Amino acid sequence: MSATAMLPPAAMLLDSEEGSQYLEISMGPHHPSTHGVFRMNVVLDGETVIKLKPVFGYLHRNHEKIAENETYLGSMPYTDRLDYFCSLTNNWGYALAVEKLAGIEVPERAEYIRVITAELTRLQNHASLVGFLMQDMGASGTPLMYAFREREKILDLFEALTGARMMCNYMRFGGCRCDLPAGWLDWAKKVVASFPKFLDEFETLLVGNEIIMARTQGVGVLSRELAISAGITGPMLRASGVNYDLRKVDKYGIYDRFSFRVPLGDHGDVYDRYMMRLLEMRESLKILDQAMKDIPEGPFTDPKTKVRNFRPKPGEAYGRIEAPKGELGYYLISDGSPNPYRYRVRPPSLINLTVLEDMCLGKNVADVVVTLGSIDIVLGEVDR
Amino acid sequence: MTLEALADLKIEIEKNVPGAVVEIITNPSVSAQHSLLIDNAHGLAVAMFLRDAPELKLDYCSNVTGIDWPAREMSEKTKVKKMVEGPDGPVEKDVDEVRKWTTPAYLEVVYHLYSMTLGTGPVILRLRTGDRGENVQVPSFFSVWRSCDLQEREVYDLYGMIFEGHPDLRRLLMWDEFTDWPMRRDYVDPDDYEYEPTAHDDVLKRAKVHYPAAAPTEGNA
Repeated sequence: MSATAMLPPAAMLLDSEEGSQYLEISMGPHHPSTHGVFRMNVVLDGETVIKLKPVFGYLHRNHEKIAENETYLGSMPYTDRLDYFCSLTNNWGYALAVEKLAGIEVPERAEYIRVITAELTRLQNHASLVGFLMQDMGASGTPLMYAFREREKILDLFEALTGARMMCNYMRFGGCRCDLPAGWLDWAKKVVASFPKFLDEFETLLVGNEIIMARTQGVGVLSRELAISAGITGPMLRASGVNYDLRKVDKYGIYDRFSFRVPLGDHGDVYDRYMMRLLEMRESLKILDQAMKDIPEGPFTDPKTKVRNFRPKPGEAYGRIEAPKGELGYYLISDGSPNPYRYRVRPPSLINLTVLEDMCLGKNVADVVVTLGSIDIVLGEVDR
Repeated sequence: MTLEALADLKIEIEKNVPGAVVEIITNPSVSAQHSLLIDNAHGLAVAMFLRDAPELKLDYCSNVTGIDWPAREMSEKTKVKKMVEGPDGPVEKDVDEVRKWTTPAYLEVVYHLYSMTLGTGPVILRLRTGDRGENVQVPSFFSVWRSCDLQEREVYDLYGMIFEGHPDLRRLLMWDEFTDWPMRRDYVDPDDYEYEPTAHDDVLKRAKVHYPAAAPTEGNA
């Protein structure tokens, strides 16, 4: 490997056919708007984007290969590091795939704990995403810090439950690692009860803002047909008007017991994607209210599942969940040994980036930043 | 999808795509996600059919992934009844017979298809290459589902499968100058690290191989 090969080329001029010159610039990997180490080669005609090629791999550590050399449970803490904003949903996706592969039943209480933690994760992910999007637009600091203030309350809950704010490593095959500590549920109820007030405040601050509308409406439009064909999932797909939420379609876990609605967008632009997050937070609050009211007593993990020397029978399984960023899937092949023969993560962030160029062509450079911000990527998951 | 439904789908495909060879690969695990093995020559036509058939409408290709299957030595012990020369003439006896064979080596690519319109799925497609060396071509489904774009690039990058018809088949995660295929089972890490000889036996051993000249000479220290 040559060291210079990894370095992005400096901005350079390319000759166009009409005799004028295009400017090719390398955005990233250290650009603050790329949410990590992500790079785009952008070719500009004046201010207009005429070509955009994303460059990946700066955070690549071959997670899948490492997991193939590790026991099934040994990969669980590593799934936290994929999308490090939402470690609990990553855990759940992996646990779900293994449970499908080995045919493990999950007790009632564990299912409720999973739903509660997953929806709390969705709340803090969406809140911070909106904050980051505002940051990308130039609303430096304030909205992001408002979001982080609320996120911190939820992370405190995670810390009390799992011992870690972000790297939770909480789910196990057939349940969870430990039961809810005494008083946790009342604390969580208090946090959830105070959340709508924050959302109201946040919406008053942002939704009708003229600058936000000017910067986001009609920018980064993604058509319904392209969204389906390109495998876009999560809030980004629903902003384009496709009613596809795995919580409704697959009804994994116990999501069929809760009444909630799936918000849908009309235009598929950045503004719709941003509104999707705000509306989904309201729906998550509904689910949380119901789950925390109904949670039964009982075991928090399946007592029959072996932790040591866990060897599923040969076969394969694909399990998927609705993570805050989209469809998070795990594909596992077992050959009967203690470690998986094949372990694959279907990363929603990476696949949602497929259409980045389509959304940015013909727009300004400044719109690229906003469009990328509205996709909601985490590089730990994109590069794996 | 149950085996019966999959058998119906197989018949449907063979009816609509003349010449297509479809084989059902059963999945013995509890998940019961059986899959269809498609021949490479008719891969694209089958994919087009699955996407466009009004009763299937598999418009969403969720997951594309590669699997490496190197040749493996398999052996199976079976009890066979055989006539054995006994003291009183031939007697029928149970004899252990060991059957040995080598599995064919190939790379495999797996597609998980769903229908967003109908909410059905998954239908799992598999394509196999001829071997792991020269014949690693499979048809690309880029023109059928755009979501294959980055995912097929990733499979090419990590497994070295050539997707014929992919307009932009470059490395995705590894750098362009890299020459090996890291996810293959027989991949060996290149020995180009700088070893910090910590007090672990395996590290010391590797450091010794890595720095043969720097090994301390006897009595010189």
